[in-house]
Amino acid sequence: MKAVRRYKLRLERKRFLVRAWRKARELMLVADRTDDIRPSDVLCFVTLRNERIRLPFFLNYYRERGVSHFIFVDNDSTDGTREYLAAQGDCSVWMSQGSYKRSRFGMDWINALLRQFGHGHWCIIVDPDEFLVYPFCDTRPIPALTDWLAASSIKSFGAMLLDMYPKGPITSQPYSEGQNPFDIACWFDSGNYIIDRNWDYGNLWIQGGPRARLFFDKNPERAPALNKIPLVKWDKSFSFASSTHMLLPRGLNLVFDEWGGEKASGVLMHAKFLDTFTTKAREELQRKQHYANSHEYKAYHSGLNEDPNLWCKWSERYINWRQLEILGLMSKGNWA
Amino acid sequence: MSVGFVMMCHTALDRAAQVARHWAERDCPVVIHVDKRVPKPSFDGLREAVKDLHNIRFSGRHKCEWGTWSLVRASQTGAEVMLAEFPEVRHVFLASGSCLPLRPVEELRAYLAARPRTDFIESVTTEDVEWTVDGLHSERFQLRFPFSWKRHRWLFDRYVELQRNVGFKRKIPDKLVPHLGSQWWCLTRQTLSAILQDPSRKTYDKFFQRVWIPDESYYQTLVRKYSTRIESRSLTLSKFDFQGKPHVFYDDHLHLLRRSDCFVARKIWAKADRLYDTFLNEQDRGTVMSEPAPGKIDRVFAKALERRTRGRAGMYMHSRFPNPDWENGKSCAPYSVFQGFNDLFENFEPWLSRRLGTRVHGNLFDPLRARFAGDGDVYSGCLSASAELRDYNPERFLTSLIWNTRGERQVFQFSPRDIQRIAWFMASDGNAQISVITGAWAVPLFTANKDFQSIRKQAAHLQKQEVDFVDVLRRVQTRADVRIWSLAEFVEEPMEHLQSILDAMGGPSVARLTEAPRLVDLTGFGQFLQNLKNQGMNPHVMGDFPVEIVEMQAKSGGARPYLVR
Repeated sequence: MKAVRRYKLRLERKRFLVRAWRKARELMLVADRTDDIRPSDVLCFVTLRNERIRLPFFLNYYRERGVSHFIFVDNDSTDGTREYLAAQGDCSVWMSQGSYKRSRFGMDWINALLRQFGHGHWCIIVDPDEFLVYPFCDTRPIPALTDWLAASSIKSFGAMLLDMYPKGPITSQPYSEGQNPFDIACWFDSGNYIIDRNWDYGNLWIQGGPRARLFFDKNPERAPALNKIPLVKWDKSFSFASSTHMLLPRGLNLVFDEWGGEKASGVLMHAKFLDTFTTKAREELQRKQHYANSHEYKAYHSGLNEDPNLWCKWSERYINWRQLEILGLMSKGNWA
Repeated sequence: MSVGFVMMCHTALDRAAQVARHWAERDCPVVIHVDKRVPKPSFDGLREAVKDLHNIRFSGRHKCEWGTWSLVRASQTGAEVMLAEFPEVRHVFLASGSCLPLRPVEELRAYLAARPRTDFIESVTTEDVEWTVDGLHSERFQLRFPFSWKRHRWLFDRYVELQRNVGFKRKIPDKLVPHLGSQWWCLTRQTLSAILQDPSRKTYDKFFQRVWIPDESYYQTLVRKYSTRIESRSLTLSKFDFQGKPHVFYDDHLHLLRRSDCFVARKIWAKADRLYDTFLNEQDRGTVMSEPAPGKIDRVFAKALERRTRGRAGMYMHSRFPNPDWENGKSCAPYSVFQGFNDLFENFEPWLSRRLGTRVHGNLFDPLRARFAGDGDVYSGCLSASAELRDYNPERFLTSLIWNTRGERQVFQFSPRDIQRIAWFMASDGNAQISVITGAWAVPLFTANKDFQSIRKQAAHLQKQEVDFVDVLRRVQTRADVRIWSLAEFVEEPMEHLQSILDAMGGPSVARLTEAPRLVDLTGFGQFLQNLKNQGMNPHVMGDFPVEIVEMQAKSGGARPYLVR
């Protein structure tokens, strides 16, 4: 039985790879600088749509932390995102006019590009509103982390998605280009996360945070998943199974310790809830291109109309990674 | 010129060149061994980088693999070059390409000059070693290891098993007592040459070629044969983690390293510019003769090890999710659960809150919503009072609450009317203090203004819930601190019992309160139970509840009969 299940997962992985290959035909090259990639480079893979205003800060954030090359898939942006990225010296850009939903929310495109360019590299796979915080990120660059992971024979690094939000209505403090989004959205929920094991794929399933607290308090099983594995030493046989929540082969999903200890992990700070969000939610609701029939966006839409304030008096204000470590949202593991 | 360095390099050759230059320029000869697997261009680059220095030599190259004899062979070759080419060297210091000197060479030189005949090498008998990761101590010397541990782990393990099963043991050459220790040493010319020029070296080498990880035992064992003075510690600061791989130092370790007063540290991250810049350009601070004191660094790494292997109790997160019974503590702090008390006493929660000087929750597992202290919608850590969210995963709800309120003891009410799924979790948690008055759930029914048929039905249901709960609490595997009274038992001496619970909570003693909680008036309760019986139900969990008790309660006249001291 175990062998059968293992074989099923193997087939599933192969299926994802074929899918990726098939969906890769939707990709059109905009700017190719992949020849500049050196063997030891850390790469960053992103799918995005209409995120122009976030890009300067996003690129700088990861550049400063030692990412050497960015690979973007632009899903038909109309706000100059593509042109801006194509002009950056360390970005390679593809575009696709295909359906976001039917490419498994961009994962097919990313899987294809990962297979082509990510093999043998440490790859960060994030959205433009996700910012990786890892132990010692204030003093050590990402290559220090990846060197250590490699020396420890670790291939994947987990990070929980931490929803950040401002105090007061989210439209009251507009975000301007280049600004640190966490100057505005600097609050988070520190201890209301629900964790369970997903035995099929061997990963943890985490839900909770302000979205569960406010939008899914009556149907928590539909609350968005917060478990993420954004940093992986990629091999061309790997494939993301569902967003960056889980991978195949499933051994890569074991980013947690089962015997009482703590593995090193980070946090993916999520700058979703800025003033840009309300327009985005409205648009996504019309495009119907998001997960589970955009259920999430429907919930936000009604939620945000009634009370757009995610803040409560128990909200925690972000200081630094050490604070997140003390709160038990991430861990240094045995990295010291 | 009293100390020379043998450097073993295989990566980050630019850093190795930098360190070699540092030593050579300060008049310490350096012999560099470069792994044969390093490609020629890199090797030539290193040669080029130090070619202006007359006191650097390159030794013959060997292909090095971790855990094998090749590493000893390489160090032998290097040491031989050192002894032959630099006759004035008195101490030979074995270092790696990722080592970094933390103190000026003059200090090391003075330190060694003051101990001219001492060999610094960690050398511990196999019986006393506890740091080996693979669990092989004396077996390292007695078994054969033809398979690579890194590349053919499965074969390695099976072959070890096989040899254990058939009782295979190699013969250890005479006069050798196996010792283990850090592979980074600093030996005197006398000792080192004695080892290298021993007439029976061939025999020993042949033996050690088949020993597992010989670089941690070759010199460590042979030094016992010749040395007159062994200082069993390494001058190189080198810490290993639980996988047996060296901890790496980064820029932010600067102050820690400086205060350690160790001479050389490994291993340094190759891109730790600040460390290299600082320590390689350190000005002579006048000869300070302090002893190396790696204690503080030891503590940092010991903590890291503890975190990785045991973790923080009661914390569940995305890199720590223990299997059942591997939690090292299901919750992070002690908490108290009261069942039946708020049914029996009027305003029990406010009273208890005043008595303990802490917030007291209502029924956290109430079917409608979690009754947090203050009855808010959200509590510490943004924990929601939503019943759906809580019941989605009650165990995480409870552990989150305890974790979020570290430093403040959590106290809450429980009842047969509540969602019962959490029962076994609490019972199996050593941090839980659970006090139960069985049958107290009947008191609100007794005072309720309801149709007796529905009361009877509800009573049967609640009694069943409570019996199940008490059964759980009485299991052998229960680890909670459990107190159970029947209602009849409890009302005989309510304050004594209450006091025993509070005493067991420990903690800082609270100022004495002169106020007692008020018992619900139980006049007629015996009759109420009798009515239930008459309707065909068997209310047994209250204990024996004769009418007299109720009368006694009434006589003692009521308002505040008992004080809790």
